[in-house]
Amino acid sequence: MRQIKKTSYGHALREGFAYLLKNYPEVFTIGQGLWSPWYVGNTMTDLEKEFGKERVIDTPVAELACTGVAVGAAICGKRPVIIHPRVDFALLALDQVVNQAAKWCHMLGGQVSVPVTIRAIINRGGEQGAQHSQSLHSWFAHIPGLRVVMPSTVQDARDLLIASVLCDDPVMFIDDRWLYELEEKLPPVEEIDLRQQGPIVRKEGTDITLVGCSYSAQQCIEAAEQLSQQGVSAEVVDLRVLNPLKRKVIIGSVAKTGRLLAVDGDWSTCGMAAEVIASAVEQVPPPALRVAPSRITLPDAPAPTSKPLEKAYYFQAKDIVKKAVEMVG
Amino acid sequence: MDWLRKLILIRCAEEKIGEEFGKAVIKCPCHLVIGQEAPAVGLADHIRPTDKVFGAHRSHAHYLALGGDLHQLMAEVLGKETGCSRGMGGSMHLYQPLVGFHGSVPIVGSTIPIAVGAALSAKMDGKEGIAVSFLGDGATEEGVFHESLNFAANFKLPVIFVVENNLFSSHLHIDLRQPFNSTCRFAEANGIPWVRVDGNDVLAVSQTAGRAISSARKGKGPQFIEAVTYRWRGHVGHREDIDVGVKRKDDLKLWKKRDPIARLVKGMVKKRFLLERDVLEISQKAQEDVLKAWEQASRDPYPTAEALLGRVYYKKKLRL
Repeated sequence: MRQIKKTSYGHALREGFAYLLKNYPEVFTIGQGLWSPWYVGNTMTDLEKEFGKERVIDTPVAELACTGVAVGAAICGKRPVIIHPRVDFALLALDQVVNQAAKWCHMLGGQVSVPVTIRAIINRGGEQGAQHSQSLHSWFAHIPGLRVVMPSTVQDARDLLIASVLCDDPVMFIDDRWLYELEEKLPPVEEIDLRQQGPIVRKEGTDITLVGCSYSAQQCIEAAEQLSQQGVSAEVVDLRVLNPLKRKVIIGSVAKTGRLLAVDGDWSTCGMAAEVIASAVEQVPPPALRVAPSRITLPDAPAPTSKPLEKAYYFQAKDIVKKAVEMVG
Repeated sequence: MDWLRKLILIRCAEEKIGEEFGKAVIKCPCHLVIGQEAPAVGLADHIRPTDKVFGAHRSHAHYLALGGDLHQLMAEVLGKETGCSRGMGGSMHLYQPLVGFHGSVPIVGSTIPIAVGAALSAKMDGKEGIAVSFLGDGATEEGVFHESLNFAANFKLPVIFVVENNLFSSHLHIDLRQPFNSTCRFAEANGIPWVRVDGNDVLAVSQTAGRAISSARKGKGPQFIEAVTYRWRGHVGHREDIDVGVKRKDDLKLWKKRDPIARLVKGMVKKRFLLERDVLEISQKAQEDVLKAWEQASRDPYPTAEALLGRVYYKKKLRL
């Protein structure tokens, strides 16, 4: 049998970009640092050499205008990907994301397609502090008209990127550098329709449902493995597409296990974990809920720089295990 | 003659919209263009339907000058399904791609980078297409304006920035907002060729725009036009004294003497291109058209409830 080589999450993203640039002439990428060896990790290395600097565009330091340029090109039939090497800096572009890209279709009577992908990278840890660590996906998921995609696996990194770029709506695609070294065997590309994608069960279980997205979904899988050694059968749901949120899989899982622990690498208040819990509370009939749902999130504080504070700030799989054991009782 | 017809049609349409706004039949915010119709009309001569023109909050003239459908404009300000944005946009969000008008929005400065993106797209396509960004003097105070000029100049994109400098941003005169009252210095700073033109002289605007657009089509990069003009009404709504106050009354009197329509008529009559009688005929025709469009729009249906959730995401099938 032919051995399929393992690919990393970072390389899978690069494969996704290469696939799009090769097969779709209307696709181009634009953003700060795209010709640099380190701005976007190993996810776009040498693409400009392969596809030309006209389609892999490094830009002036102007997040807002560059995002607007991508929106404008999208309205004219291109499929641009605007890349923000850190979510934090993407905040300078919010008008174009929230007021423009997400609104044009509805506000102009459904007549305009804005197929722009806004890729923002979570780049945290390493004592980088408050303005180099944010995720903010819950914020973006609040906006009608803006699809929010967060891949947690190697295959999703590539295939959801391709699906996002081929989708006719604006997509906020958020990937986490903590996942870049993750490795999997990768099958050949099969294009999928983003509109059909949503939360899926990554691991089946019967005692408790753990819901995460992106890096926190991987933490849930790790926790579920540790829990199984303690005789607790945890089911893991990976959200994948945060907006519009398809709730059926979450509700089905919680109705089955009767327990819900929502895990999210973002803040707690008005966050994604709260939305997951609300979905279950609203739609799983009370007798099926055996204990009150709970959540593990970042503390409601900006990211610190000091080492011990940083350690306290980011939760680990063992924290999920501990909480789940308490809940199962 | 075509200029005159367009100028008068825009004036009549705006007066009707103002009148109905005053009666609260139209509820959505309407920023009337009366007094500053000429830049839109002068530029429209040189636009191909495949070009991409973007406006802002005060864009009825841009839309109509390019040949946007009058009835669809009236229906849009009334929130009707037959409107140019299918009743989802109102006065501030207009769309008519078939004539090259690709959208107007009221967040100040927002369409500037969008036009630059349209120009990037046009350059990639290599078919001599251009983009136009209509903006006001207020928008030149936004950061994104400067980002966009730098970007367009750096990548040598075929975009025309047209600043309709009417000396006011909402209630505040440019003298209270900027150290100089001309915005051309920003083009100069980015190495973009610029022209300052009398924005109430449709002939001057057309000649200036023609040269700028032709340069952009030939690959000479972005161009910048400042058309100095004046709006007769307040920032929003039909009244002359709302938000700008009574203090500008003397100025307004002066600017009304520079009425772009009266000036054009005077010039044409003098050169015997036109008789007074023709003006009357054009005005009557415009008024009839406006009234007809209005009455039709008034009878049209509103969007149904499904439109609320049904238009959040684009519906055409994914190309797979």
